[in-house]
Amino acid sequence: METRKKAFKAAFPHTIPIFAGFWFLGLTYGIYMHVSGFRFLYPMLMSLTIFAGSVEFVTVDMLLGAFHPLQALAMTLMINARHLFYGISMLDTYKNTGRKKAYLIFGLCDESFSINYTANVPPDVDRGWFMFFVTLLNHFYWFSGSTLGGLFGSLIQFDTEGLDFVMTAMFVVIFLEQWLKDKTHTPALLGLGLSLLCLLLFKADGFLIPAMASILAVLMLLRSPLERKVRTQ
Amino acid sequence: MTFPQRIITILMVILGTMLTRFLPFLLFPAGKPTPKSIQYLGKVLPAAVFGLLVIYSLRNVSVLTGTHGLPELIAILVVVLLHLWKRQMLLSIAGGTVCYMLLVQFVF
Repeated sequence: METRKKAFKAAFPHTIPIFAGFWFLGLTYGIYMHVSGFRFLYPMLMSLTIFAGSVEFVTVDMLLGAFHPLQALAMTLMINARHLFYGISMLDTYKNTGRKKAYLIFGLCDESFSINYTANVPPDVDRGWFMFFVTLLNHFYWFSGSTLGGLFGSLIQFDTEGLDFVMTAMFVVIFLEQWLKDKTHTPALLGLGLSLLCLLLFKADGFLIPAMASILAVLMLLRSPLERKVRTQ
Repeated sequence: MTFPQRIITILMVILGTMLTRFLPFLLFPAGKPTPKSIQYLGKVLPAAVFGLLVIYSLRNVSVLTGTHGLPELIAILVVVLLHLWKRQMLLSIAGGTVCYMLLVQFVF
């Protein structure tokens, strides 16, 4: 019990920006489903079971269109392919987390990955439980935000324009933290540069897969020089 | 779309999402030694992916029209400077977001 309480207390502050971001995006998503003609049960159950923001927005369009299950699957695989990168990076970190492992993998969204990979967990806090609570809190924020959006979204008056920037700000900070830790900045620069290049070439809807493919290709090409630098780190 | 068709579509999205999350762990189980190339990728991918996520979260910003991405650029600079100065995650994120909200609501 004491171990869990300590881990929860350590994990919670790391998730506060995600609370702001997920409530904003979740409310938006719930409202979007509401105005598209779906009852609140849809965003509620979809945020609980899918737990992947961008694809959930796309699913609304899929549900309004013709019935193409295989296309829905292919589209999901493409949008979410970046999770493969998270999995590969977390193979070690999620080792020895026991029964929590399945849930940690289920909840491996952009934000859970970013926090769980970079957070400096204090030595007296159990890392497995820390990561579990980060994931659980993120899941809860997303679930509650989408449900509330579906229920009451149309009543909100407060001007929230620009609040979605909280996610960009968080990714910038996490990028910077990783940068300050790294001895070699080649992977970081490749990620930034190749993604930007692909965005310019393929536009917002089509850049993700080419960006990932080029990052993977160049990282493999540079394997022997980079591996030497990483090892001395 | 009928109700069962909706359910099937949603199940497909769940299946696709879970595949992308579980596949690496199924292919490289904890009990067996992970191939060297995958270990290497596990070390260099995160930094690259954080770069990808920054661009991904900015993907709908248009540099040629509207505000030309200026509010985003200014707010990112604020985030970076705040973070290099105080190294307090929450402060940097909140400061940058408030700055961005003020910019898009009152300035641009």
